[in-house]
Amino acid sequence: MPETIKQVKEKIANSSAEDVISSYLEKIRRSSINGFIYVAENALDQAKAIDSGNNGGALAGVPIAIKDNISTIGMPTTCGSKILQGYVPPYDAHVIERLKAEGAIILGKVNMDEFAMGTSTETSYYGPTLNPWDTERVPGGSSGGSAAVVAAGEAPVSLGSDTGGSVRCPAAFCGVVGLKPTYGGVSRYGLVSYANSLEQIGPLANSVEDIATLMDVIGTYDHRDSTCVNRDINYRSSLEDDVSGMKIGIPKEYFGEGIDEKVEEKVWDAIGKFEELGATYTEISLPNTKYALAAYYIIAMSEASSNLARFDGTRYGPRSEGENWHMMASKTRHECFGAEVQRRILLGTYALSAGYHDKYYLKALKVRTLVKEDFDRAFSDVDVMMAPTMPSPAFKLGEKMEDPLSLYLSDVNTVPVNLSGVPSISVPCGLADGLPVGLQIIGKHFDEAGILKAAYTFEKNTHHHMNTAGEVI
Amino acid sequence: MVYENPDGVMIGLEVHVQLNKLNSKLFCGCSTDYHNDEPNTHVCPVCMGLPGSLPVLNKKAVEYAIRIGLALNCEIIEQTQFHRKNYYYPDLPKGFQTTQYDFPIVGNGKIVIDGEDGEHVVRITRAHMEEDPGKLMHIGHIEKSKGTLIDYNRSGMALVEIVTEPDMRSPKEARRFLDKLRNILEYLDVFNGTLEGAMRVDANISIGGGDRIEIKNISSHKGAERALLYEIMRQKNLVRRGGTVVMETRHFDEARGVTISMRTKEEEHDYRYFPEPDLVPIRVSDWVEGIRETLPELPDARRKRFVSDYNVADTHAKALTSDIRVADFYESVAKEVDPVIAAAWVADILKGELNYRDLGISAFKVEDLVEIIDLVTSGKITEKSGVDVIRTILDEGGSPESIVEKKGLIKVEGDIVSQAISESLKENPEALQDFLAGKEKSLNFLVGQVMKKTRGRADARSVRELLIHEIDEKYR
Ligand SMILES: [Zn+2]
Repeated sequence: MPETIKQVKEKIANSSAEDVISSYLEKIRRSSINGFIYVAENALDQAKAIDSGNNGGALAGVPIAIKDNISTIGMPTTCGSKILQGYVPPYDAHVIERLKAEGAIILGKVNMDEFAMGTSTETSYYGPTLNPWDTERVPGGSSGGSAAVVAAGEAPVSLGSDTGGSVRCPAAFCGVVGLKPTYGGVSRYGLVSYANSLEQIGPLANSVEDIATLMDVIGTYDHRDSTCVNRDINYRSSLEDDVSGMKIGIPKEYFGEGIDEKVEEKVWDAIGKFEELGATYTEISLPNTKYALAAYYIIAMSEASSNLARFDGTRYGPRSEGENWHMMASKTRHECFGAEVQRRILLGTYALSAGYHDKYYLKALKVRTLVKEDFDRAFSDVDVMMAPTMPSPAFKLGEKMEDPLSLYLSDVNTVPVNLSGVPSISVPCGLADGLPVGLQIIGKHFDEAGILKAAYTFEKNTHHHMNTAGEVI
Repeated sequence: MVYENPDGVMIGLEVHVQLNKLNSKLFCGCSTDYHNDEPNTHVCPVCMGLPGSLPVLNKKAVEYAIRIGLALNCEIIEQTQFHRKNYYYPDLPKGFQTTQYDFPIVGNGKIVIDGEDGEHVVRITRAHMEEDPGKLMHIGHIEKSKGTLIDYNRSGMALVEIVTEPDMRSPKEARRFLDKLRNILEYLDVFNGTLEGAMRVDANISIGGGDRIEIKNISSHKGAERALLYEIMRQKNLVRRGGTVVMETRHFDEARGVTISMRTKEEEHDYRYFPEPDLVPIRVSDWVEGIRETLPELPDARRKRFVSDYNVADTHAKALTSDIRVADFYESVAKEVDPVIAAAWVADILKGELNYRDLGISAFKVEDLVEIIDLVTSGKITEKSGVDVIRTILDEGGSPESIVEKKGLIKVEGDIVSQAISESLKENPEALQDFLAGKEKSLNFLVGQVMKKTRGRADARSVRELLIHEIDEKYR
């Protein structure tokens, strides 16, 4: 049974951190969803240290699962790839330093699409993660492990990363809450880059309150990430049960063609609930949405082609034999990167090449500006926007692996948010054919307060968050 | 006289200057003081390019780059940005170099050098910041190396790449440009030219309007001159034999003094430049005036000041200011003794003795030269002995005082000289008679006799005067 931070803390107070951590470790050991790809050996020792009085910090004794592209001292950080097999970072990411400083206990590293390139967690070298609601279905991606273990009760909270929907998509598919913070809200120091200009580390949890608690811990300023913005935000202070007077925009481009009718129905039900609670809504338009997906993939793949150049077998990870350095590097990359990663590196290289650079990369940057302007314009009239997170509930394993284009299309409602840099949260809003549906609430730049308040109010006044993989209410 | 440039030589340079006077590297906090340390001891996740690491721009490096731009009479850009230059090489831990592309920090400057026919302007196209790669150490020769070791201590060091227009007309002018540039950079206190790898040069050269050849891997000013001389000879021979020079990149083999073909134009890289997403564009226009105010005195200004403040000849002033260490040395000496005399000793004597021994000015102490000049001007030792003391210090060490004493260089006392004079006159009546009869040369013989008797410790000029005086008094 999934728990919140508050419930975990009560258990620790009533018994011990050691008991709590060992029951989580036991659950992980019995798991059949392949969420964890590394389990921390020293978690119990840390729990004992908490029990013996070393219990300061907002998250003292609270277990957490970490996506395997976030650097952790002494624990492998593979990005779900063979090319980083055996790589153990000598440093902690900013978010890990913060979690440790507040007493959180890292249970281990969770599965993901290789280098966060995917929407289903099927491209991992360590095998797919299964959706706890239906183990024949994908958990979403790329932070599929982060969402699945929280939904399955193998960790109360987790961290993922969101480049084009990678936190929100699995949150929607697994029926948990997931936030993509404003670009610059959380330091990326230690997050292995896929597409630097788009991605943010974001929390996943069973409640909106836990998302705010985690953001207060990880969202502190860090000078080591030059794109991190120095702002003093208290996320928990935005947790108010009140949406009266809130103006909701409904972007028409996020509904209709390509969106599952049952998903749309659940989202409209949610919007109705907001109206009932005192909010108003209007239909708005984000006219450049139709170009966003193409621009997103060109920018992401271009940046990826450069970011992933360092994996050459020279300094870490496996190494293939070659008659000279270039052959060695080339063979290592050929043998250790999966098909999807190789496809994206090739496409990104192509998009940046002389003769194509202006036609693809520069054009994509122009579209990005247009998409940003869409949001700026729309947000002058509304406080938040609401739309389906994903066009459909979780699909079957293998269903889209042969057709990458259809997989890319499922990101249609999430990528514009990354192009514009605004924050967005996905909260459970009911079930379609027994599978969770996610409501996406998009906010203005650095207005996490607005979307957290909306999400918190929705949660307080509905029961959707109480549906769990094992138990539907 | 105007230099005709008979072969139509056009040389442009790309000079990589390592800002080794910074405390830390360009994008991380690692120390720049690695030159005497073990490989891979000045590294961190950032300069090793570990997954997840991010660059943070060293603001001081930007300030240094602006300082260079101002000293080279450049325009400073309002907002500067970094790009990624993508290529694979084992010394490049990220698989790309963070550099500048279409928004270089400075552009459009010039340096005036001593050209083939007097003052000659070399235009500076641009100067941009970038990170240094690591260093490869090939086991054996580069062309048939059995293995390679990589030292990342150098990785991430701040470089400024200075690019000139093809304004130099001979290898000698290229060398003069490099000498002048190095001198300016040392005045700016942004780099120490004596450290290994501080300045690395790529040269491009075309002859008679032909294709441009790029020569890489030049590591000294002398090397640049040699590489260019070789390349001119090679190209002229090639054309003479009926061949054509085709655009290519060549590698300079310093040991053999030859250039070797590396790649032709068809093999040129496509670097796929794009803006570095991990660094935000940085607005520097507000910094410029503050930096200009704190710009140190540059060589040309110092040369003028030496002439006006110390009254030294312009040729001396030029020689003294062409190396900041020599200029500093001179000014310390000039504080203690007559500046004009000091200029002659430093520029004419000491510099010559140092050059002869391939030594820098740091091999000599200011107080030693002050002491030597004092000894000479107070008449205690002769000028010749002064030079002797300098040579002895450089070759054997020791203090001026101890050398003077050990070698017995103190000028002999007056009565000993008088005695030697009267003895010499008595012992050489023929020479005396010849002189009295008008043979001036005989006096030289008599001076020589006196010097012999005083074992060289007497001052030849005053011996001459004293001899004439004695002859006038006693023999006329
Ligand atoms: Zn470093």
